[in-house]
Amino acid sequence: MAARCTGAGGGLMGGDSKFLGLWYISPYLIGLLMFTAFPFAASLYLSFTDYDLFSAPKWVGLDNYKKLFTRDRTFDKSLKVTLIYVFTTVPLKLTFALFIAVVLNYRLRGINLFRTAYYVPSILGGSIAIAVLWRYIFAEAGLVNMLLGLFGVEPVNWFGDPENALFTITLLRCWQFGSAMVIFLAALQSVDKTLYEAAAIDGAGPWAIFRNITLPLITPVIFFNLIMQTVQAFQEFNGPYIITQGGPLKSTYLLPLYIYDEAFKSFDMGYASAIAWVLFTIIMVLTLVAFWSSKKWVYYAGDRRN
Amino acid sequence: MVSLSPTNVAAQVNPEPPTALDIKLRRKSRWNAAIRYSLLIIVGFIMIYPLLWLIGASFKTNAEMFSSPWFWPKEPTVDGYIQGWKTSTPYTFATFFFNSMQIAIPKVIGTAISSTLVAYGFARFEFPGKKIVFAILIATLLLPDVVTRIPQYLLFRELGWLDTYLPLFVPQWFAWEAFFVFMLIQFLRAIPREMEEAARVDGATTLQTLIYVVVPMLLPALVSVCLFQFMWTMNDFLGPLIYISTVEKYPISLALKLSIDATEAFNWNSILAMTVLALTPSLIVFFLAQKSFIEGISSGGVKG
Repeated sequence: MAARCTGAGGGLMGGDSKFLGLWYISPYLIGLLMFTAFPFAASLYLSFTDYDLFSAPKWVGLDNYKKLFTRDRTFDKSLKVTLIYVFTTVPLKLTFALFIAVVLNYRLRGINLFRTAYYVPSILGGSIAIAVLWRYIFAEAGLVNMLLGLFGVEPVNWFGDPENALFTITLLRCWQFGSAMVIFLAALQSVDKTLYEAAAIDGAGPWAIFRNITLPLITPVIFFNLIMQTVQAFQEFNGPYIITQGGPLKSTYLLPLYIYDEAFKSFDMGYASAIAWVLFTIIMVLTLVAFWSSKKWVYYAGDRRN
Repeated sequence: MVSLSPTNVAAQVNPEPPTALDIKLRRKSRWNAAIRYSLLIIVGFIMIYPLLWLIGASFKTNAEMFSSPWFWPKEPTVDGYIQGWKTSTPYTFATFFFNSMQIAIPKVIGTAISSTLVAYGFARFEFPGKKIVFAILIATLLLPDVVTRIPQYLLFRELGWLDTYLPLFVPQWFAWEAFFVFMLIQFLRAIPREMEEAARVDGATTLQTLIYVVVPMLLPALVSVCLFQFMWTMNDFLGPLIYISTVEKYPISLALKLSIDATEAFNWNSILAMTVLALTPSLIVFFLAQKSFIEGISSGGVKG
């Protein structure tokens, strides 16, 4: 076994063979090449081809991209819907998660019970069972309309109406704010309490303390949540697929649904790859912008820059 | 509103017997707690009510289903469960449950073993190219699956793995999900190395050190890894949708989708009963191990 070659006495770090570490990470290297690097490169190549699974891929240059940006109405609509979805879901979800975390971050009895209750939807929410539940809750005669009826509100056509359908799916994601909240809560609890006491002695009110002490100290975690949630939101599939099938009038036809249909229903692998690359490029550009801007607003304790 | 107890501050400023200010602050703090509690209870109720309603409604008759928003069934019936267990296919729910386990078990075990080896390699060894590979690992945390999905499908098709469970767990045997590796690396970095060094001095190989010293210490983090992977596998829908085409091999998620399409128009309570059945494995695992979940997500996330 390769592990033997360091033998006793060789330090834990390095030892006699500097390749020992490589031996341990070799599963990752194989997986990276086979299931990430190769597919990544292949999908870029496929996006310049016409490929229907049955005959060999045919190189078509930029045709797929030209079609996407000039002639494809479905793509325009799908891209617009995706952007609206991401830019409403992520801020709503994170604001709500932070708000609840702040309320929870207090010496309250039963805090763990609340934390658990808020976390349950996050752990189940991605499953299609919950998407099925959502169809019942927001149906014409469903739970939400029955509850609204108690207050004399007329029933709302939640996902039959293109105006509301996307919002229903946004709500499904916001309902799963638990994991972002748990991360916020852990960050809030690690803030040095003496800072609060010092500020209170100086006469700062709760809002001023939150704005000037709490918020800057948890910016690394806000940044982390922002990136993770954005990348996730761009890939939303289960919710619209089960709840609305992309309709009505493609008002919930997010890009991942379009990619799935093109690839696995029309078997247009080349065109689907091109859409996937456009989606990937958008995610990458936004992530880079976030990283670049983070120098201006993310504060790392112990870092002198700020 | 921050985590600050005004009484504490007052006590520091003024260690003498309670003054008028003290009493005022204490009263304010009691109000503060009352507001927080009411808010938390209201929001918590809204959060949990859909699930309560789901469980209640699965015992309702179809006639009662949409008659009242109250979750408690008036005439409880298990018809939904009897129908739901039979499903709309020639197979029972047990078949689909068993299929889901055939994906989940190899996936969870493979993830745990490969992620441990790789995290150990990164956290405890120096090797050429380590910085670059680690940077790639971090970058793949952010890489959307959507760009790799189509060529992966083509690869597994080439290998003749379509309509088998292999595409759904073999990548995970190669530590394919960087998130878990990253989580374990973070955990390992926080564990002191003295024990491992002592084992090495006593003549243990690095592999023996890993198995007998590191893994026992890593156990809490490994439990989180297994739990998350299990949940994600149970929730996964797109993977089976792409790769599994025979109904007999469907996991729970696909079977549920199939049943909605077949019976939704009339048999609501059996759909809801199936939905409850589909969530049951995840719910049981969650309540058995909820502490590990929440600790896992906060430690894995915050240090990121």
